[in-house]
Amino acid sequence: MAARITRADVEHVAQLARLALSDEEIVSLTEELGAIVDYAAQVSALDTNDVPPTAHPLPVVNVFRPDVARPGLPRDEVLAAAPEAQEKRFRVPRILGEEP
Amino acid sequence: MSSAREITADVRSGARSARDVLEEYLAEIDRREPEIHAFNVVLADEARAAAAAVDAAVARGEDPGPLAGVPLALKDNMCTRGIPTTCSSRILEGWRPPYDATVVDRVRAAGAIVVGKTNLDEFAMGSSTENSAFGPTRNPRDSTRVPGGSSGGSAAAVAAGFAPLALGSDTGGSIRQPAALCGVVGVKPTYGVVSRYGLIAFASSLDQIGPFAATVEDAALLLEAIGGHDPNDSTSIARPAPDLVAGLDEGVSGLRIGIVDEMTEIDGIEPRVRDAVRAAAAGLEAAGAKVDTVSVPSATYGIAAYYLIAPAEASSNLARYDGVRYGLRVEGEDVARMNAATRESGFGAEVKRRIMLGTYALSAGYYDAYYGQAQRVRTLIIRDFDRVYEKFDVLIAATSPTVAFELGAKTSDPLAMYLCDVCTVPANLSGHPAMSVPFGTGEGGLPIGVQVLAPALGEATMFRVARAIEQLAAPLSA
Repeated sequence: MAARITRADVEHVAQLARLALSDEEIVSLTEELGAIVDYAAQVSALDTNDVPPTAHPLPVVNVFRPDVARPGLPRDEVLAAAPEAQEKRFRVPRILGEEP
Repeated sequence: MSSAREITADVRSGARSARDVLEEYLAEIDRREPEIHAFNVVLADEARAAAAAVDAAVARGEDPGPLAGVPLALKDNMCTRGIPTTCSSRILEGWRPPYDATVVDRVRAAGAIVVGKTNLDEFAMGSSTENSAFGPTRNPRDSTRVPGGSSGGSAAAVAAGFAPLALGSDTGGSIRQPAALCGVVGVKPTYGVVSRYGLIAFASSLDQIGPFAATVEDAALLLEAIGGHDPNDSTSIARPAPDLVAGLDEGVSGLRIGIVDEMTEIDGIEPRVRDAVRAAAAGLEAAGAKVDTVSVPSATYGIAAYYLIAPAEASSNLARYDGVRYGLRVEGEDVARMNAATRESGFGAEVKRRIMLGTYALSAGYYDAYYGQAQRVRTLIIRDFDRVYEKFDVLIAATSPTVAFELGAKTSDPLAMYLCDVCTVPANLSGHPAMSVPFGTGEGGLPIGVQVLAPALGEATMFRVARAIEQLAAPLSA
């Protein structure tokens, strides 16, 4: 079932993962991911009809806390860690019109 | 070097000062750290201030806690307020967290002295500590060898005598495997026993914090101090910390112990590692345990399932490193290009490989065949363990199929590095506790670790068996 991973697959996934990979990295990842996925594809050898997936090993669901206000982190301290901040906000480059 | 147990008894009774104890360890760090590189940062000034506070408490007649005056090393993926926390990644270099992890609060409240933050494979992804952006850690038993990983710095710190205690995190074996390779004790508790609040996330359904120590008793002492419910971690189990030290010497008589075939009799395992597991089993049997071999068939598929699930979760967790709120930013003409340039520059090769693998396994058209199937295999592994634990109290196996390997031996073959975790990932997938105890030596006189596994919340029995193995091992290292 393991579909061969192509250069186009790697470029597409890099776009999804927001990684500006170099050409050299694309070449090596095409080969490495192919080998790893071929190995990992052995999971398909097991019959899992009627087996539910496990997302989490503990049988806990919906852990609530009392709905009371608590102080958050100090804003100045948090913004001081940001690469760029302005007017008590995180500053980023332009967002709109990003697609060429 | 004294044990943590001896140090804390001396400090609480006033027989030795925390300051004198600390200076001994700092001197050892000065002497050997340049060769080993266990630490990303040594916190000598902070440690001296903390030791002085413990001594002052003793002088006032107060009890500074069960770890009073014991130097402790923290893996550098646990947040320390105002102190750099890097995950050994360029993307977080220089970042100072605005809060402390719960485990950091707890070890300080117990009187431990944090001496430094230890090196790791970047974001805990690796089995040799060679994936650190700040250079590898070397194995104190033989500095041409790796210490294992990803908590290689913490394992090396304990093995080198830089601190009697250390904390690590274990997602696929990252405490147990370096413990085995460095000849120390390393414990992955039941998922949910130790709070992950302030542990920088790698794979959230697998990550668990646990202790390193030179002895089983010291590891128990540390786990008692860090365990127990934390309302800040919604996956934390609503129970107090396990009671471990009191029952350590109850022995193994009558316990039913299984040797796991799929985690011992495997291709590529060094014969002396396999023989060590068999010898430990024989010793336990002589001590009164009922020992048999047992099969956990689906464990064979552990690595395949793990290397789909862990990268998938990592690709999601690591999306937060986008150059906006903290850490590195590399400018780009719009926000998407800034994100991609920052991540390209800030992450190392293995982290990118796992993000790519995880994103692929979760992407449209592949989700069900890879990630979904791996989650169903995870259910089968849990069912197999549940079945086995109906007949056995504790299981034993190898921790690592090999002793410590040479630096560079596996760096060019990602899959070969991943297979280092073949004996350890099943317990992460099942959420069950497991620990590694030194037992004899293999090739080159390098340490071997035997793994002890137990059902969920079975830590007390697991530690009893580990203690018995430690006592069997004593004549081997004499």
